[in-house]
This record gives sequence, structure tokens and C-alpha cells, in this order.
Amino acid sequence: MPAVRGDGMRGLAVFISDIRNCKSKEAEIKRINKELANIRSKFKGDKTLDGYQKKKYVCKLLFIFLLGHDIDFGHMEAVNLLSSNKYSEKQIGYLFISVLVNTNSDLIKLIIQSIKNDLQSRNPIHVNLALQCIANIGSKEMAEAFGTEIPKLLVSGDTMDVVKQSAALCLLRLFRKSPEIIPGGEWTSRIIHLLNDPHMGVVTAATSLIDALVKKNPDEYKGCVTLAVARLSRIVTASYTDLQDYTYYFVPAPWLSVKLLRLLQNYTPPSEEPGVRGRLSECLETIFNKAQEPPKSKKVQHSNAKNAVLFEAISLIIHNDSEPNLLVRACNQLGQFLSNRETNLRYLALESMCHLATSEFSHEAVKKHQEVVILSMKMEKDVSVRQQAVDLLYAMCDKTNAEEIVQEMLAYLETADYSIREEMVLKVAILAEKYATDFTWYVDVILNLIRIAGDYVSEEVWYRVIQIVINREEVQAYAAKTVFEALQAPTCHENMVKVGGYILGEFGNLIAGDTRSSPQVQFELLHSKYHLCSAATRALLLSTYIKLVNLFPEIKNRVQEVFRADSNLRSADVELQQRASEYLQLSIVASSDVLATVLEEMPAFPERESSILAVLKKKKPGRIPDDVRESKSPQPSATPAPIMNNSNNTSSVSTDLLGLTTPPGTTSNTTGNGLLDVLGDLYTAPKVSPTTVQQNNIKKFLFKNNGVLFENDLIQIGVKSEFRQNLGRIGLFYGNKTQFPIHNVHPELIWTDLHKLNVQMKPMEPVLEAGAQIQQMLTAECIEDFADAPNMSVSFVYNNAPQKISMKLPLTLNKFFEPTEMNGESFFARWKNLGGEQQRAQKIFKAQGSIDITATRTKLAGFGMQLLDGIDPNPDNFVCAGIVHTRLQQVGCLMRLEPNKQAQMFRLTVRSSKETVSQEVCDLLADQF
Amino acid sequence: MMQFMLLFSRQGKLRLQKWYVAHPDKLKKKITRELITTVLARKPKMCSFLEWKDVKVVYKRYASLYFCCAMEQEDNELLTLELIHRYVELLDKYFGSVCELDIIFNFEKAYFILDELVLGGELQETSKKNVLKAIAAQDLLQEEETVDEALRDVGLL
Repeated sequence: MPAVRGDGMRGLAVFISDIRNCKSKEAEIKRINKELANIRSKFKGDKTLDGYQKKKYVCKLLFIFLLGHDIDFGHMEAVNLLSSNKYSEKQIGYLFISVLVNTNSDLIKLIIQSIKNDLQSRNPIHVNLALQCIANIGSKEMAEAFGTEIPKLLVSGDTMDVVKQSAALCLLRLFRKSPEIIPGGEWTSRIIHLLNDPHMGVVTAATSLIDALVKKNPDEYKGCVTLAVARLSRIVTASYTDLQDYTYYFVPAPWLSVKLLRLLQNYTPPSEEPGVRGRLSECLETIFNKAQEPPKSKKVQHSNAKNAVLFEAISLIIHNDSEPNLLVRACNQLGQFLSNRETNLRYLALESMCHLATSEFSHEAVKKHQEVVILSMKMEKDVSVRQQAVDLLYAMCDKTNAEEIVQEMLAYLETADYSIREEMVLKVAILAEKYATDFTWYVDVILNLIRIAGDYVSEEVWYRVIQIVINREEVQAYAAKTVFEALQAPTCHENMVKVGGYILGEFGNLIAGDTRSSPQVQFELLHSKYHLCSAATRALLLSTYIKLVNLFPEIKNRVQEVFRADSNLRSADVELQQRASEYLQLSIVASSDVLATVLEEMPAFPERESSILAVLKKKKPGRIPDDVRESKSPQPSATPAPIMNNSNNTSSVSTDLLGLTTPPGTTSNTTGNGLLDVLGDLYTAPKVSPTTVQQNNIKKFLFKNNGVLFENDLIQIGVKSEFRQNLGRIGLFYGNKTQFPIHNVHPELIWTDLHKLNVQMKPMEPVLEAGAQIQQMLTAECIEDFADAPNMSVSFVYNNAPQKISMKLPLTLNKFFEPTEMNGESFFARWKNLGGEQQRAQKIFKAQGSIDITATRTKLAGFGMQLLDGIDPNPDNFVCAGIVHTRLQQVGCLMRLEPNKQAQMFRLTVRSSKETVSQEVCDLLADQF
Repeated sequence: MMQFMLLFSRQGKLRLQKWYVAHPDKLKKKITRELITTVLARKPKMCSFLEWKDVKVVYKRYASLYFCCAMEQEDNELLTLELIHRYVELLDKYFGSVCELDIIFNFEKAYFILDELVLGGELQETSKKNVLKAIAAQDLLQEEETVDEALRDVGLL
């Protein structure tokens, strides 16, 4: 046991030794529980505990907390220590409070009182203790209590430096909690002038405060710029002996320098005052010059501190973006770091260069380092550094180097870390589109992407290539030829089949002249992939086939054969079945004119910004440099012309690509029901614009099984359901409320947790006659517990306008409850057994209106658990028990709902043998009463 | 602003934690667990900075102990590294070639020293001399109290 410094608490040291000597985790827990019991009894029983003992026990609790155990008592004793007149006891009290921050409002009042007393103390060490506590845990309440005192302490001439330092940071904390506490007016200038304080520690602390104030109100604190530049200038020109202890490994005041440089980044370059601006430029020059000087020490601390200041200076230069020579100088300096021995420096240099690449002044300078950066991407040992290199390549890419950079990124993608592949794919796709001069190159790049990293190619990427091919006539033949070749690989990624299918369906005719890609060959090639693909891809291919029938009447028989195949016409998948049968009929019934009209080439997509960019931005907010360069410099030569003119389209990104989410063939669905019907409706039926209706009120179905699930002017959907054990049968009743038929009624389940709750939907008639009602049956099996409830969407066509409703199915976990009777004794025995943290869930929520006992009872009775009367000692409380049936296991579940009539609040506690069950039941019931 | 600082051993045992943002205990535990695993899995030559969730993690290993700070995006990485170093220097000076055991047995001192260096997540005092002076003043107060107590015990005061 090492010596214990200061006033050493032997008992504490012995306890720590004991814990360290424990041979096993169990022994340790046992020892801790013993100690906790001991402390608890001391705190409870022994009224004569003196300060020393209290301090010792509080310290032990702290240690136990550090070991990772929860501490739920001792707070009061710690607060008592605050008012001790012994410093060492007070200090431990404050430590306990700042480590185990406590929101208990009773105690907060006491703590605030103690802090008040200590702030009045004549001993600055006591004052500091109180200030440190506020700075560490300060809350809104504390801001109220100390909002007037602390600013005074900060600027008063009598305050000692150490106290000023703490007061500045204390005020910063309170300001962050409630910004209104900072007095304005004359205070502003007094606070700003702290930058002139002779004590470096005071300036350091004050700069942090001023930085926060400036962010909130830049104009009010504008005066700080001149002072900050002056201070910075004094530091950077100081020799390392001038600042004594504020020199860190021969670097004068690196922390303060960095803070000042950061403070200046809140403003644009000080242009009104040329003197200040010149002085700042001098400072920055000096920092660069020093970076070139031979190091004064070989220690890494020296170079780190020096470079920290340099990097911050470069940040400021990039922020100001107004001094070309400084920007280029920064770039050269960072270029040197790219081959530095220190990984940290290479990482930071790449990151910083990324910003330089977005400035018009330094973009060209950054490009000089392209080779080194490509090497970094390939050779760095640390994936986070490689990631930075990829980011930089993306930022430095322009028309002149795009081909090379994209090529290198594609090559690297073959071996890239899985963690960065998806993002790289997006980046390559964006660069290829943005800088393409020749669209055959673009098509090649995207197909390569799919070939190399097909799994990481998201829908947005392949949607986009199709949009571009459809909109650009000159590339269509090439695209058809290229996908045809790509599809000949023995194995190709499903995304390739999708793109290939779509493109050949549209433009297969452009390559059909060549016997090697004759219509038959095209069709057989596509169809050879059919059986390996998912249902969604097959659906797309079926549409391709019918399109091919239109392009090449000679393969009609072969295609019809495929539509007729049992695996399609009688497919278990409703979508495939429907497409196969409708396309088959279309190919039989329709004349070639009708076919040509229905299956016409897709019209051009509206021009809009690539949605891929949006995906990338979402993935990495703040890390994708916005094209500062482009918006700032109107040089047409350097700005790549966007492929798609996005100026006149403001449609939000989320609606992007809707054109593609409806597969091309579905347009023909309408015709399947007869064009005349549709036209007839047009003249008589009320006009309804296409709508998507969101959400129904699912929560009421928590407590009942039957009712109206959804209703609008057109349609009503009712539900009746019954459940037994882990199985359920749900009937949905679709009612047409209008005078006209509703077509293409297509319900679709949207539920990814099928492995937890398997829901099967029986097929239904697609037409809903006027005023009629039809029924659809669903079955559900609960396999294991699940959260939330499945979504479903119902799309239909009314009056030629597509409509879509989405709603939640009333299938929540509680439906699989079996109520369980038990007496009070066994209830509470189980309740106690299920007390572990992994087993319980609790929520406290406000009552919806005034607390209505009868209504609450009715709801609980409908929830599915057994309401147990007369077993809770408090007659107002509700307790329930039930068993959740799933195929894998049965989970016993207990629930207690405690109303607090005065506060109009409920406390809900759920305990079960499975954490996820407790959590879900608790989530379902919360806020329902 | 620093969001939190963690000290943990090579075996993943937490030795000190200081939070400057208010998170519920459960979340703190989760963050601690995940971050310790992430940092321990990194190889020695790797970069000391880590983009992790929405914070920037800066860490450095000294003998058997890892010092790990979570900073905000705009904070300076290299200086955070040196802030850790300054803290280690202070511990070293105070304990006299500090080792993990010193911090285990005197965790409260480690906290007091940290409080003089960093306050509310912001750097308070970078001068080694000034921090040690403040700690020495605290120790002096304690010792006086101990002496007073002893004198009182024997009836001399």
C-alpha cells in the first residue's frame, strides 16, 4: 500500500487495499456490499459520527462509485460536510457533490446555501472551492442564485487572481445554462478588458468566457478584436523566457495563443481598422516563421505545442479566406507535414488541407500534393488517417484531376476498409457525375462501382445513373452496350441486374442490330439472372420484359411463356403475380399501337440536384465542404458545369426519385382496368388530388381489438381482431364511401421485424365498388417480443388520382398477453425477484386530464393483463400481472401504476424477466392515462 | 470545451472520471464502456485522435494508464494532448513519479489537482507552479487542521 498523502484516511486506504486484494469479481462485490451496509448503518444509527468519520465514509462511497457501482445514499451526509468549518471535510463534500451530481431539489437548496456561505468567506481557498463547484455542476437554479454576485467578483479590483480565474469560468458555466445572467452595458467593456489583465491565468480563463459571449452577441463584444490581436502579438513576439511559467516547452503561452486565435475566428477579418489587420497578419507571419525555425527541443511536447498554435493560425487564415499569400503558405507548411513521422500530424494536416481545398486561393496549391495524398489513402496504417485522405481527395477534386482521382479511389475501393466503403461509393458517384465531360466515362465509373462494391451501392446511386442515361440521349446506346457486356459476367451483383434490366428495357433496341446482342440474346441474358434475384428485382425485370415485347415483337411468345410460368403467374408474392398476369393480358389483348403507347420510352426526369449529395451530407454533417469555391469565385473555367441544371427545381430531396420508386410498368396497371372507366370518372367524380395520408391513432387500439382504424372522405378501414396465446387473426374491412369504384387497391405491409412478429396478409380484390365493403384477413404470430407495431400502406386509384394511406396496424406486444391471477403475497415475492436493473422499466408522466379512476380501470382491463385488486397497500394504485406469449418463450410481466392526484402525475413501473419486454410494455402504456 | 475526461487502465478498469456535461448515469456508463473498448482496441502507432459519435476523442497512454478526453469539434487536438501531459506532469510532481496506485489510493487528490487545471470543461490555469501552489495551500490548511485536532485531543487547545 503506497503512502497516503495529506491527512490520510487510514480506513479508506485499508478498504481500497481490501478491494484490490479480492481474488474474484464476486469477492469484490461481497466486500463492497458489506461496506455499503456498514456505511448505511453508520449514517442511519450513529448520531455521534464526527466530521472525520463522515468524510471517510463519503470518500468510501465515492470510491465505490468509481468502481462502477450505483450510489443511492450519502448525499445528505455529503451536504452536511459542506458546512463543516474544516477545509478537508468541506472539500470532500464538494467533491462528492460534483462527481455524483444530484438533481434532488431539496438538496440543491441546501447546496446553494452552503455555496453562498463559502462565497462570503474571507479565505480565498474556501471561496474558490465554492466557485469550482458552481463551475462544474452549475444549473439554472444556481444561475438564479449567483447571477449577480459572480460578475461582481470577476471585475472587482479587490478580487485575488485565482478567484478571478474561477469566477470567469464559473460565469461561463452559468451563462451556458441561462444566457440572460450576463449584465450588458458597462459590464461589456469591463469583461473585454480582462484580456489586458497582467495575470496570464486570468486572461486564459477570461478568453474562454469572452469567446462564448461573442458567439451569442458578436456586435456587443466587437471591441475584443483589437485587444485580442494586441495580446496575441505580445505573446508571439515574446521570447520563451519572458513568460516564465506560462512558457510550455519553449513555446510561449500556447493555450492562450490558441484561445485568442479561436476567439478571432468569430469575426470577419478586421477591415475597418487597417492597423489591427496589419498587426494580425504580422502575428500570423511570425507563427509561420517560427514553425520553420529549428526546434528548441527534441521533445514531442515542444513540437505539439508549437504546431497546435500553427494549426489554429491556419484555421483562422482559412476562416478569413482573404490573404492569398498566407493561404498558400499554409498549404506549403501542411504539405511538409504530410510526410512527417508523427501520425497525429499527418492526420491533422490532411484534415486542415481539406478546408484549404475549398478556398479559391489555395485550391491549386493543395492540388500539388495530390500524389502524396493518394499514397496516404493507400498506405496509411490507421483507418482514420486513410479516411482523412479520402475526404481530402474528394475536396481537392476538380475537372482537371477528376479522372485520375476517381480512378485511384475506385482502385482503392477494392481493398478499402468496410467501415468507409459506403461513403467512398457515394463520393466516387458524386465526383464522377459532377466532373464528367464525357458521359460514357460516367457510365463506366458507376458500373465499375457496382462491380467492385455492389453491396455498398445504395439505391440513390443506381437510380441516379438511370436518370442521367434517360436524360442524355448521346449516352444511351453506349450505356446499353456496356450493361449488356457487364451482364455477361458469370456472377454479377443484383444492382447490376437492376440497372441492366432498366436500361435494356428502355434502350435495348439501340444495340439489337448487332447479332451478338440480338433481342433473343438480350432477353435470355437478363432472364438467366432472374431466378437469383430478390422479388423487387424480379418485379423490375418483369416490367423490362413487357417493354422488350414492345421493342421486339419477335420475342413475344418467349416472353409470354415466362409470364405464364407458375413461378410468376402463381407466385406467392402478390406483386409478381399481379405484374405477370397483367403484363400477360396486355401482351395478348393490346394491339401494337396500344402497346407502343403504354410502353413508351420513359420521359426525361425533371432536372434536379443529385440526391446522392444529400445522402452524403446526412451521413457526415459538417464534414462535406460546401462548395465555397464555386459560390465565391465566378471563374467559369474553374467551376464545373453541373450536369443537371438544378436552378429551377426546388422539390425537396425526399421526393426525389419518386419517378423510379414506381417501376416503369405500373403505369400500365391503370390501363388494365380499362381506360374508359378512368375517363368516365374524370367527368363525374369530384376532383381529388393525389394525397398521402399519414398516421392513424393507433394508441386507442392498445386497449381494444375492434374499431375504425382509418377514415377519410373516400375510404374507411375497420378492424376486428382476436388473439390466442402467441397467435392472432386480424380482419381488415375496406369500405368505399364514394359513389364511384376505387381501383388498384393495394395494401402493403411495411415491417422489418418479421423474425419477431410474423404477419401474413391474404390477397384481396383490387377493386372496391362504390359503397361496397371487402374484407382482408391477416394472421400474426409473435415469435419473440418486439417493439412498436407494423406499418402498412394502402395505395389505390380514385378518379385517376393515385392515393396512398399509411397507418399502423393494431398489433402491439400487449395483444399477446394472457392475464394471470395471483394473490398479494406471490405478487410481491415476484416483484422483489424482478428488481434488477435489467428487468425493470419506469416512467413518470403527467395525467392527460384529471385522474379518472374508472376510466383508468377500463383501459387497463382492455390492455390484456389481469388487474389485481386489493393487493397493493395503497388502494389508489393499480397492479396487474400477465404472461406474454411468444413462440420462443413466455415472459411473466408485472406492472404497477401509481397515480398522484395532487400532482396529476402517474408513475408506471413494469418488471419482467426480460428487459426488452419491460421496456416495451412501459413505452406502450406511458402517457396513456 | 471538454465534455469529459476518463482515466482507465490497460485492463479497462476506470480509475477516474470527470464529467462536464450533465448526462444520466446510465448514459455515462454506456459511453464509458464503449469508449474504453474502442480506445483499448487501437494499436500503439495509431493516431491519438478519434472522431467518435459527435465528439472528438483525444487520448494518450502513460505506462499502464490511458488518459482520454472528449472534446468538441472546434477544440484543438494537439493542445488537448498537451493538456493531458500537463496533468500527468502535475500528478508526477505532486506524488513524486506517479504510478497508477497513487491515483487509486489518492483519487480525491487527483480530482483536486484536475479541478485546479480544468474547470467546467475549460482550461483554468496552465502554469505548473501556480497549480502546485494552490494544491500546497490546500494541503497546508489540512495539516493545520490535523495539528489543531491533535492538540485539542491532548487538551492543549
